[in-house]
Amino acid sequence: MTEGTSTAVLAIETSCDETAAAVVVDGTDVRSSVVSSQVDLHARFGGVVPEIASRAHVELLPPVVAEALVESGLDGGDVDAVAATVGPGLVGSLLVGVAAAKALALVWGVPFVGVNHMEAHLYAAFLEEPTLEPPLVALLVSGGHTMLVAMEDHGVYRLLGSTIDDAAGEAFDKVARFLGLGYPGGPAIDREAAAGDPHAIDFPRALVDHGFDFSFSGLKTAVVNYVRRHPDVPTADVCASFQEAVVDVLVTKARRAAASTGARNLCLGGGVAANSLLRSRFVDACEQDGLHPFVPSRSMCTDNAAMVGAAGWWRLRSDGPTSLDAGADPNLRLA
Amino acid sequence: MMLGVETTGVDQTRALAASVAEVAGPGDIVLLVGELGAGKTAFAQGFAAGLGITEPVTSPTFTLVRTYTGRVRLHHVDVYRLENLQEALDLGLAEMVGEDAVTLVEWGDAVAPVLPRDFLEVRLAYGAGDNEDRRTVALRVVGRRWSARTEALGKALSEWAVA
Repeated sequence: MTEGTSTAVLAIETSCDETAAAVVVDGTDVRSSVVSSQVDLHARFGGVVPEIASRAHVELLPPVVAEALVESGLDGGDVDAVAATVGPGLVGSLLVGVAAAKALALVWGVPFVGVNHMEAHLYAAFLEEPTLEPPLVALLVSGGHTMLVAMEDHGVYRLLGSTIDDAAGEAFDKVARFLGLGYPGGPAIDREAAAGDPHAIDFPRALVDHGFDFSFSGLKTAVVNYVRRHPDVPTADVCASFQEAVVDVLVTKARRAAASTGARNLCLGGGVAANSLLRSRFVDACEQDGLHPFVPSRSMCTDNAAMVGAAGWWRLRSDGPTSLDAGADPNLRLA
Repeated sequence: MMLGVETTGVDQTRALAASVAEVAGPGDIVLLVGELGAGKTAFAQGFAAGLGITEPVTSPTFTLVRTYTGRVRLHHVDVYRLENLQEALDLGLAEMVGEDAVTLVEWGDAVAPVLPRDFLEVRLAYGAGDNEDRRTVALRVVGRRWSARTEALGKALSEWAVA
């Protein structure tokens, strides 16, 4: 046991293509956070290949967990709970982490806690900002999800809007693949866009004036159409203009969500939150509107287990342990 | 059997898909073929609406499969990220096709070999000319199930049919 009343959570994250483990004490004190990326394995396929991902998780997880424990300075016997992402994600990948977490919980005789991956992305902001308190509005943007969530209290969420077709990260990946920029698409477009003119092409901003739902499928089509009609257009301009359109919609809706709920805290989370333009535009918008922006560091935006440890600690406090009979749910919802 | 139709934009692609769905029933397989932006998502959304599915149909690229319940159940599969047939087998695609649901597979041409040779292939392509919203939709019937319904299918699509 850790001393006093503090609670050490060993957390495991295997929902997609990162194998990660971390030790987090009391939801904020990150003692270790190890992420083993499989990006190289998937790059030549232009995206995550599920079967490869599952197999890689099986191989990588034991050493990643061992390293997280060693770095934290704790022994297995010091761990008070084991948390794992139970969804959403790829079912084969999720199951590897969930099975490992349950096994460790059984062996050590401590609670198992199942964590929603999107809730974990939201808790990344809490890890680095001890002063952050609900109510808040979070913009969560990743490869599989794009949503605006009002967090009224810990564990109490209201979904304000989400994508009606493609996720923002998926649009990045698909456009990058179409432009021959490789995988993962987000960093590739971010880099390429730096040398381009964001106003070179006026790509559509779907639904920008309507509600809190998002649509990125039409934007992807618009990019394809434009490049087909203008084969000589500089790729940098396409990337910059595409990124501008995505970020414009995301930030416009996030600030409108804050205004409509009256929240003073606006958080950013998810892998796409590592995008430089989104980060700077998000902070600028908050400053203009007198809101407090919470933008986790890049390594906490992309998939990691520290955020799972933070969310797991809160879940354990509010709901207690998760049943060992509970499985993984690839389509798990936040609200 | 081949049927060629043309739509002037994404709304018509949705409406056309809804008409196709009216002819579809449990156990059917529909393969969607077409490059990025050709309208596969729009077709899937219209198709789902035609099956009486009211919840939003979002891209299954990330989770590979999403299942919805309407007049009949719909498995919406996206094999965009699968690179070989072994992965389609690992995904359990062949087992997924069952008498209780319609299975709609985006980028379906890639996995046709692991599926029963009994499906409707819907090939979406950019139309000729300057109008970038225009799409041609070619429907190809393979196997018994859909062959028995070509007349109904033709009727459902008569509004859009070209030569």
